[in-house]
Amino acid sequence: MLSCKQSSQLISQSLDRKLTKRELFSLKLHLLICKYCKRFSQQIHSLRVAIKQTVASIEANDTIKMPSSAKNRIVELVDTYRQQP
Amino acid sequence: MTTANMHDWLNQHGDFLYRFALARLRDPHLAEDVVQETFLAAIKSPSFAEQSAPRTWLTGILKHKIIDVMRKNVREIAASDLMTDTDANMDEFFDDAGHWEEKPLAWDMPENALEQQQFLGVLQTCMDKLPTKLAQLFLMRDIHETENEEICKELNISATNAWVMLYRARMGLRKCLEINWLGVN
Repeated sequence: MLSCKQSSQLISQSLDRKLTKRELFSLKLHLLICKYCKRFSQQIHSLRVAIKQTVASIEANDTIKMPSSAKNRIVELVDTYRQQP
Repeated sequence: MTTANMHDWLNQHGDFLYRFALARLRDPHLAEDVVQETFLAAIKSPSFAEQSAPRTWLTGILKHKIIDVMRKNVREIAASDLMTDTDANMDEFFDDAGHWEEKPLAWDMPENALEQQQFLGVLQTCMDKLPTKLAQLFLMRDIHETENEEICKELNISATNAWVMLYRARMGLRKCLEINWLGVN
């Protein structure tokens, strides 16, 4: 019988590799009787979805601009490069 | 050829590229650096003048620059702070028998746009609290969907180590969200 610690490790690993049939079986069995690990599993899965959403929301945020100091530096570097023979 | 189009590109796409990098690297300075490297790589490229879809082209270059930075950053941790006290670190989550020390609480997932915004805000804060390198390994895996084998090869770590690192990152994030998201509601 898996402990919650082992079960949480398998839940995390299931996002990174294919579990063996044996692991999957013992995990499913554990999840049937342990509501906390079941909860953990759902939360870890929604976490992955939510992380992708944070990336999308930063990308879409027009109020975030590259500092003009950085832009000026890039312009200078580009010009310097171009002036080289 | 002049640098004029490069200046135009910077004006038209610079902010977009910056946000793209910032969303992934979560560090304004690193984001500036990779955008700068992207423009330099672009102007040195022989095919620079032929690009009909500059944004797509520049984003492609930027992606590689971002992954390079992530690799470099994550590689530094691989040996040092990760292998040690792996289990000790998990002791805060489980008792000796492997039972939850603090049982995961039920969360309400956000139900409307406002809650969604709040949730993402909390998640952002929690990502920032993770050790930078752990966060980046996590982002490599969960945003770029870099295959595990590829990560291991890049970082020269075993698959087991990668799973441990990712497990730690997820445990830390979940805990942080539990505290802060429940606090919001």
